Order: sequence, then structure tokens, then C-alpha cells
Amino acid sequence: MLRSFIEFFSFSDPNVVYVVVGTLLIGASSSIVGCFTVLRKRSLVGDAIAHAVLPGVCLAFLLHGEKDPLILLLGAFISGWISIIVIDLIVENTRIKTDAALGIVLSVFFGLGILLLTHIQKTGNASQSGLDSFLFGKAASIVGADLYTFGAVAVLLMVAVFAFFREFTLISFDPNYAQSIGMPVKWYQLVLSSLTVLAVTVGIQAVGVVLMAALLITPAVAARFWTHRLWLMIVLAALIGAIANVSGAFISYAAPRMPTGPWIIVVLTFLAMFSMFFAPQRGFLSKWRKARSSKARIFEENVLKLLYQLEEKDGNKKVDRSIQEMLKRRDWKHSEVKAALKRLDRRALVTGQSENWRLSQEGRMEGQRIVRIHRLWELYLTTVMKVAPDHVHETAEVMEHIINPPLEKKLMRLLNKPERDPHDSPIPYAEDDI
Amino acid sequence: MDFWFNDFWIILCGSLVAMSCAILGCFLILRKMAMVGDAISHSVLPGIVVAFFLSGSLSSWTVMLGATSLGLLTTFIIEMLNKRGGVQADAAIGLTFTFLFAVGVILIAANSGNLHIDQDCVLHGEIAYIPLDIGTTIAGIEIPRQAIILSVLFFVISTLVYLGYRGLFLTTFDPEYADAIGVKTTTWHYLLMAAVSLATVVSFESVGAILVVAFLIVPAATAYLLTDHFPSMLLLSCVVGILSSFTGYYLAVYLDGSIAGAISTMMGVFFSLAFLFAPKHGYLAKRLST
Repeated sequence: MLRSFIEFFSFSDPNVVYVVVGTLLIGASSSIVGCFTVLRKRSLVGDAIAHAVLPGVCLAFLLHGEKDPLILLLGAFISGWISIIVIDLIVENTRIKTDAALGIVLSVFFGLGILLLTHIQKTGNASQSGLDSFLFGKAASIVGADLYTFGAVAVLLMVAVFAFFREFTLISFDPNYAQSIGMPVKWYQLVLSSLTVLAVTVGIQAVGVVLMAALLITPAVAARFWTHRLWLMIVLAALIGAIANVSGAFISYAAPRMPTGPWIIVVLTFLAMFSMFFAPQRGFLSKWRKARSSKARIFEENVLKLLYQLEEKDGNKKVDRSIQEMLKRRDWKHSEVKAALKRLDRRALVTGQSENWRLSQEGRMEGQRIVRIHRLWELYLTTVMKVAPDHVHETAEVMEHIINPPLEKKLMRLLNKPERDPHDSPIPYAEDDI
Repeated sequence: MDFWFNDFWIILCGSLVAMSCAILGCFLILRKMAMVGDAISHSVLPGIVVAFFLSGSLSSWTVMLGATSLGLLTTFIIEMLNKRGGVQADAAIGLTFTFLFAVGVILIAANSGNLHIDQDCVLHGEIAYIPLDIGTTIAGIEIPRQAIILSVLFFVISTLVYLGYRGLFLTTFDPEYADAIGVKTTTWHYLLMAAVSLATVVSFESVGAILVVAFLIVPAATAYLLTDHFPSMLLLSCVVGILSSFTGYYLAVYLDGSIAGAISTMMGVFFSLAFLFAPKHGYLAKRLST
């Protein structure tokens, strides 16, 4: 394994250089265009185009009679391009929805392509062999001549995206606004679609018809988890695409039985899954942790509130309250209360041990604050919003955990530092004593 | 006589696949799930390969079970990615099926010495060989194995749709109402997905993974342009499927090319005709009325 790693990345074998540079260019260029297709919610258009290029390739071959790569590419480009026009035509003129239109175009074009391809194969034309690299991809056998095509396309795509960055961004995020400021939205959409077709025509030769969609979609999806900024997303997607493509090429170099295209997709998917789980902020894990910690905070506040209410009831600050006593007042689990109390103990908001606890001075202030907000909010609802007093408790239960000190102050000033809530309970202030 | 029978069996099998898929397709396109059907038809591949590896045959119960569970898994993963992972729906579909298909291809490559499925057959099937594989002989007539299997498939799917018509219909057209009167939307959803997976895997040998999509979507969409009455749509989609199998077969013979490809092409022709000339929803009717 290590030896093939060194062999591969020392680039002593010119074939390895071709494959690495080739897959790198394809990976990066399709990822860049893919960001826009994904943001425009047209991910599967790439899949449709990938299938739709086949009849163009075959017709180009039939008309031209030999396998000139540029003529084949042209054929592929034209039929891919027609396919998007047809999709739009169907969606705009009938009641058929986009998903079905995609499926129709994808499968009928591909069926026609297969018909033509099998027809060509049966004619016994010797130069036809290799046409099926448009079906399955041929990443492992990229040769020097291919690099010029791949390179040219990659450069063209990057230049176009760079030149029209502002326009593409606008039509991806807010086509209605773009229209309203007089931008020729349709035209830019057509340019963007044409670039997608171009990326697909080239990319398909690396991974094949079926997997092409992933080269467009997956890097963009992965990159989306890491950033909100579009240009950064594009750079990341290109990087992810490049890494996956080179890894795929390496795997099939180290284990020659292994196909390159599918491994590229597997690596891409793992990178996307990794991003989905571990990306900061948008990642699954970080969202889950945030949800858990806010749930824990709310519970702790509720425990403090309850302890404060118990003190309020009998006016005694110097006595421990047992967890059992608390459970009588609330529908909580013993273990979660105990865990919350231990966490509060660490923050010195309560004192005591195992079953018996009381508030510390800071804990008292905190519990009092929650109760205060709760009652202020209830009063606000009944006096300002004219809500019936028996309907205010539920929202107050939520708002007591949300309202921050500045808002609390405003609320207090608005209500003129009131003394009683709608249920005639006193509204406690920090300077008051129980 | 032999030659005539060849034609007959191939057209019959083509029609059976077309009808089974068309019926399911009607529900798929009305539920806006056409591309989920596409995804399933690709992602059953690893299920087929693993089950084939375990059982040693392409048309065994293991393979059907393997593929159907993969089909259900696909729908489940797509929903998970979408609802829990925050991946938009279209991207979730693309992500899922490409990955599973890639895994399938890798499994084929890893066991290439032991398996006789290749990528070609994945893509366009071998409907032309159907008459060669005789299943049983009744009254001196040799009946191909696939003809029997595909008849069973058609029977199973039409029975399912007949018996579950109310549930499928309600959850397709008015899921909220269905929920309100206690019809389990999720159950019918997964049942439909299971049926699509089953249809895909059974049709796999004859028409291949990708062209199943044509059979699922195109006749149903054609029928959708021709009628507003759902039972008529089911019937019309079957008619389109049969017509396509018939004409497609002779187109393939004429061009000496793939039969499944030719049938899909003819479906495209019929769809184009409906697109242009459908009485109410067609292109010309709309243009002329405005």
C-alpha cells in the first residue's frame, strides 16, 4: 500500500500524471458549476443532461464516420443542450412537473442513445470501439491528448464563473429581484445551463453517465455545510472535488481491479457525510449539541425557578429542599433533576448534596430573575395585549427563558415597575427580600 | 413459426414490464416523485449484487428481497438527509442514488470473476434473449421463464393497486384529508416504494436499470396529458406501454439495435405526439385557445 502510494504520488509514471491532472481538472470544474446547479435547486438536471448526451455522441459518430473526439464532444454538447430546452418546454407548456419532465427527457434520450449505440456496434465499424467510454467513463485511461480538452474546458468554466460571478449569484439566489432590476435573467440562466452541459460532457468521460450527477451535486452539498459565503463554497467544492477525484484515481491504481469512477463517488459521498456530521454550526453534531445544551439550560433554569418558588412560599432561605419535594410539584424524572442540580452546584448556584439542596445567593438571584420575567410577561400580555389572564401562563413558560436583560428592563419600564402580576403574585426585584 | 414466437414473447414481456411500471408511474408522477423512482431504479443495484452473490441466481427470492429492501432504504436515506441533515430534496436524491449505484458497481468489479452481471446488462438489459430461456412447456408450447416471472409481477402489482386503490388514491391526491380520516400516509408511501423497487428488480434482467425509468415515467406522463380521469389514466398508460413495446420491437429489428432502447424511444415518440396534439393539455390546444 505504502509503496504504491509513493509510486503514485512521485508521478514517475506519465500515465499517472495524465490521470491525476485529468481527474483533478474534471473534479474541480464540475464542482464549480455544480454549486450553482445545487443552489438553483436543479441538481438533477445534471443527471438528465448526462443521460441525454448519448444520442448526440452516437449521431455525431454516424454522421462523421470516425471517432474524432472534438466532433463527439460537439455532438454531446448539442444533444445535452437540446435536452434542457426540452425540459423547460415541457414544464412551461404542460401540467407536467419538473421531476417528471426530467425523468422523461433523461430516459427517452438515453433510450434513443442506447438504440443508436447498439446499432453502431452491430454495423461492425472498427473505429466504434471506445464510444462506450461515454457510458461508463474511462478515468483510468486518460491520455495526454485528453488533457488539452479537459484543461481548456476547466479554464473556460472558471473564467466564465469569475466573469459572471455577480450575475450568476443573483439568478441563483433571487431570480425575481434580478428580473426586477432589468437583468436578462433568461439569458444568464441559459449561459449557466450551457456551462453545466459543458461540464457534464467532459465529466461524463471520467465517471460515466450514471455517476456524473454526483460530480456536480456532492461537492456542492459538502461545501455548503461549511460556509454561507458563495465564493468560499465554490473554492471548497472545487477542493473537495479535486481530492475525491485524485483519491479515486489512486485507489484504482493501487488495486487495478477497482473502477475509478465509482470510487471517486464513494470518496465524495464520505466527504459529504463527514461535512454533514462534523461541520461547525451547520453540521449535524453541532446542531444536536446546541439543541441539547439549550434544553439543559432551560431545565436548569426551571429547577432554580422552582427552588425560588419554594422559598417564596414559606419564606425560609435556610432550609434544604429534597428532590422528592420538588418532584411533588413538577412532572420531572428524579435522575434528570439530580443531574441538573449537580451542574448547578458546579456553577455555585446551589449548595447541598445528593438529595438535599438549597439556593446560593447567586442562584437565588437567577431563580428570581426567571420568576420576574415570567410574571412581567404575563402582565404585559394582559394589560398591553389584552389577553385573558387564564391564557398567559403557557407563553410565559417559554418567554422566561428567552427574554434577555435589556428586553426585561424595557418591559419593566413599559409596565412602570409593577408590583403584582395578573394572578396577584408579587413581582420580585433584586433589591427586594423575601 | 419459431421466429414468430420469438417476436410474440419479446413483445409480450415488453408489454408486461411496461404495464407494471406504467401503473406505478401514474402514482409516482402525481406524487411528484418521478425522480425518486429514478433513484430507486439505480440504487437497488448493490442489493441485487449482494443477494446474487449469496444465492447465485439473478431471479431468486433473495434477489427480490435484497433489491426491495435497498429500494426502501433509498427512500429512507433521502428523507433522512432531507429532514435531519438539512440537504435540499433534489440534492439528497442525487447524492443517495449515485452513492449506492457506485457501491454496486464496485461490488461487481470486486467479484468480477464470480458474477456474470456486467455493466451492459445493468444499463440496458437483455430482453432479446428472453425466448432462449425456457421455463416450462404447456401443451407443446415452450414458455420462457421471464414471461412467467413478468406475468406474476404484473399480477402482483395490479392486485396491489386494485386492493389498495382507495388508500393509494387518497394519499396521492389529498394526503391531508387522508391523514385526517386515519389513512396511514407513511404506510402507503413505503408500500408504493416497495412496489417500485420490486418492479425495478424484476424488470432489471429484461430492460436494465436506466430504461426502467422510461417505463415508469413516460407512459404515465403521456396518459396524464390525455385525460383528467384517474382510472382512465391508469388504463391509457398501459395502452401506451403496449403500443410502445409493439412498435419499439419492430424499430429495434429494423435498426438492429437494443430492444429496450427502441421501446423507450417509441415511448418518447408517443409522448411527443401527446405533448403536441393532446386535446386539452397539449401544446397546440393551449396555444390555439389563447
